[in-house]
Amino acid sequence: MKSRFTPLLAGLVFAVSSLTVQAGEVQVAVAANFTAPMRKIAAAFEKDTGHKALLAFGATGKLYAQIKNGAPFQVFLAADDKTPAKLEAEGDTVPGSRFTYAIGTLVLWSAQPGYVDQQGEVLKKGQFKHLAVTNPKTAPYGAAAVATLTKLGLFDGLQSTFVTGENVSQTYQFIVTGNAELGFIALSQVMTDGQLSGGSTWIVPADLHEPIRQDAVVLANGKDQPAAQALVEYLKGEKAEAIIRSHGYDL
Amino acid sequence: MLSDANVAAVWLTLKLATITTVILLIVGTPLAWWLARTPSKWKGVVGAVVALPLVLPPTVLGFYLLITLGPHGPIGQLTQFLGWGVLPFTFAGLVVASVFYSMPFVVQPLQQAFEAVGARPLEVAATLRASPWDAFFTVVLPLAKPGFITAAILGFAHTVGEFGVVLMIGGNIPERTRVVSVQIYDHVEALEYAEAHVLAGGMLLFSFLVLLALYSRKRTSAWK
Repeated sequence: MKSRFTPLLAGLVFAVSSLTVQAGEVQVAVAANFTAPMRKIAAAFEKDTGHKALLAFGATGKLYAQIKNGAPFQVFLAADDKTPAKLEAEGDTVPGSRFTYAIGTLVLWSAQPGYVDQQGEVLKKGQFKHLAVTNPKTAPYGAAAVATLTKLGLFDGLQSTFVTGENVSQTYQFIVTGNAELGFIALSQVMTDGQLSGGSTWIVPADLHEPIRQDAVVLANGKDQPAAQALVEYLKGEKAEAIIRSHGYDL
Repeated sequence: MLSDANVAAVWLTLKLATITTVILLIVGTPLAWWLARTPSKWKGVVGAVVALPLVLPPTVLGFYLLITLGPHGPIGQLTQFLGWGVLPFTFAGLVVASVFYSMPFVVQPLQQAFEAVGARPLEVAATLRASPWDAFFTVVLPLAKPGFITAAILGFAHTVGEFGVVLMIGGNIPERTRVVSVQIYDHVEALEYAEAHVLAGGMLLFSFLVLLALYSRKRTSAWK
């Protein structure tokens, strides 16, 4: 019995080990708003380099807590620039690896066509019950929405209409179900392949708020890992850039 | 020790849990009674529907509540027709959601209590010319009292611990829909771990004490 299985086992071990030698694996923590483009980038990355990227999606604050408590991620794509900087300051990253992989665009969006006009005048009329925003304390898109309203002098008047999503996906859900007439979300959520996907949209001018920089960083776990390095290079490359732009991000 | 925002969240949570528990005891008692007594073939279906929140992830329940209670959903259309507006993002909406979410925790202990009482005491009461209502209030209720206490404690505690459903339909509005569990989530997300610990630790202690009271009581009554 034993002798019959030994070659089989040896063959299996060889097959598995040869696989892992050729193709590395990189575990990536990804901010929830970057889910769709990152899936496409990971697929292209695997095809082009043979390395496999294992993606874990979540809210940036939660991913931070997981990283601080020993999560095995090697690369972190955050929804802001503060969290990667904080990890860097705390010595949890490969020094000098931090870079901006995408700049988010804020939009005012309604599921009803024609509800939001091209200049955002609908905000000044204030004829709605609920304006959905994302928690400004935790989400960069929420902070940008509050900054925009403040700059337009509308914040105090509209604050009582706020309903707050914990992340942009939830805010989108509030609006798409019609429970909130309109709200501030990420352009990437209503854009596929470079096209707006329905409802009505005001693309908020970039000078109304601080840029929504989304930074990536190689974590301490990813030090000297070829697959992690390859992914970072790939993210900075042309193919990734095209995917990122087609989802409504800037660079 | 507690900031104003935390106090508001604690207060709102207690209010929500109290109102939900009272409604559930009122609605759940006849429902549990029917489930305990009925020979109907619908018993299985109704029992399964009541038990759904035990197995469904709260996000599923919250998602469907958001859709059905929303302006385009059937219940949302009804509430708008009645001039009540729509329920999501209101305290009343949270109460409706919590009643669904905590239903099995109230109905099931009551049903078990009623089944344990059995038909015999009622038959005896009937021979003594007690009306069915009379028999229910003077015979069944005292006999099923431990079941009512368990149901009230579990319903209350489970509503306090509610998170996913509230997050989905609440909209996180201070003093209206921002309950303790959502507040804790906010603190953790904002990396305010010290604030989170105060509330999270309090929640842990509260839940433990409630369950301790529940299980200690059960043991003594079982041994009597």
